[in-house]
This record gives sequence, C-alpha cells and structure tokens, in this order.
Amino acid sequence: MSEQGRLERFLRTDPRDVGCDEALAVLHIYVDLVVAGGDAAGRYPGVAAHLLACGPCDEDFTGLLQAVTSD
Amino acid sequence: MPVEDLDEESSAWLRRLGARSGERHAAERELHARLVRIALAEVRRRSASTPVTGPELDDVAHQAADDAMLAILAKLDGFRGESRFITWAYRFVILEVSGKLGRHYWRNPPVALDAGQWERLPGRLGIDPARQAEAAGILAEVRRVVEEELTSHQRRVFVAIVVDGIPLDALAAQLGLRRNAIYKVIFDARRKIRRALVANGYLDEPALERR
Repeated sequence: MSEQGRLERFLRTDPRDVGCDEALAVLHIYVDLVVAGGDAAGRYPGVAAHLLACGPCDEDFTGLLQAVTSD
Repeated sequence: MPVEDLDEESSAWLRRLGARSGERHAAERELHARLVRIALAEVRRRSASTPVTGPELDDVAHQAADDAMLAILAKLDGFRGESRFITWAYRFVILEVSGKLGRHYWRNPPVALDAGQWERLPGRLGIDPARQAEAAGILAEVRRVVEEELTSHQRRVFVAIVVDGIPLDALAAQLGLRRNAIYKVIFDARRKIRRALVANGYLDEPALERR
C-alpha cells in the first residue's frame, strides 16, 4: 500500500459505524453469534463497521471472544 | 425471556443466583472466581499496550472482577437472554478492565497530555520511515488542517489520540468523558481532515462518503 493509501485508509469513515455505545451494548450478542458461526456482521453491519474502525472496542470484542472460547 | 426458554447453562446460573442463601452464595463465589480468572487473562493479554505492569496489573484485574460482580448482581433482572448468560457476564468484566486500565494509565504515563509529538505521526499512521518524503506534503497538509480547521476540542483530542498515541480510554478518563464521546470527536475530525484533503487535491473523492 502507498503511503498516501495508508493515510487515506486511516481517514476513511463508514457511515454505517454505530459508535462505541451501541456496539458495546450488543457486544455479548455479537460475540455469541461469532462463536456460533452465525453472520454477526450481516446482522449487525453497523457494529462490524465500528469494530473495524475503533481500536478500543475491537480490543473489547477480542477479549470477550477469547474469554468465552477459553472457558 | 422466561428462564425455561434459556439454554441450560444460562438457566442454571439464573436459578442459582436467585436461590436462597446457601446455593446463591456458592453460585456467586463460582461466578466471581471465573470473573477473576477472565480479568487476569485479559490484563495479561493487554499488557504490551499499557504502561501498567506487575502487581498493579493484577490489582486492576481483581478490582475489575469485584466491580463486574457487583454490576452483574445489580443488573441481573436486565439479562434478557439475547446471549448466553456467561457471555453477558463476561462483557462486564472485559469493559471494567478497559476502563480501569485507562484510568491507571495516568499513574505513570509515557506521554503527557498535550505533548504534540508531530514528528511521530508518520509512525503512528504506519508510514515507512524510508518513504516519509513521499508523504511529507500530505502530512504537512494534515497538520495544517488540524491546526487551522478543527475546533480546539477536536484538535486537543486528535493530537492526544492520533499524534501522541494516548489510549482512547485513558484520554476519556482524563477528560471525564465517555469513550463514545472521544470516538465521535475523532470520527468527525477524520471526516473533516479528509474533506479538506480532497478539496485541496491531496486525496480522491472517498467512495463511502459519496452515499
């Protein structure tokens, strides 16, 4: 990827992005869908868009996914 | 959702946590032990991205488990069965870990608020040091837009998060704001910067924002 491309990707915003509050409110449902092999991103496209853009929420998603799969 | 419609494990948790003292206390001890285990694993997983270390990291985990336990018991009636009970419960402890690591960041911060380390921006954006000359013009324009076109609040948040690399939860704790409020500021700043870069010929029209 070109250096301009990296910057362009960083600045790109997705209008479907629901933000942290909405994403975290359904994170447990989203994670269970992922664990069950369901179409989590299809059911919650705004959450999927948010997790791609928000590092802290994606960390929470990864942590919760790891927690439930390590049980 | 009625308890009988839940999966077997979730139904058992709710029944035991709502039982009379002996069975309820055993369930609470079991759940708390699981929260502690998850919290310890989570702080270790995040240890590379936080200045919190050693015994303080374990303290964060135990505090997170304790606070998550209180929140779970207080909100038990709010569990609607949209996920497994344990996933719902673990969400509390994961979010507690995030929030507490954000607050503990300021006990020994590697970067001060408002440091403004613009020379580090290329690295933060993943730009190869050997190719920074290629990006110098556009990065200078980013800085100009940040300094001249963002509001003072947007500029402070953008510089802290993007330029200085302060974790978003740490900044939220320092400014007394929710994570979502900081994210929204960054989201709007990214859009504003991008529009300026497009308007001034540095970037092409973004596909997603045409909709």
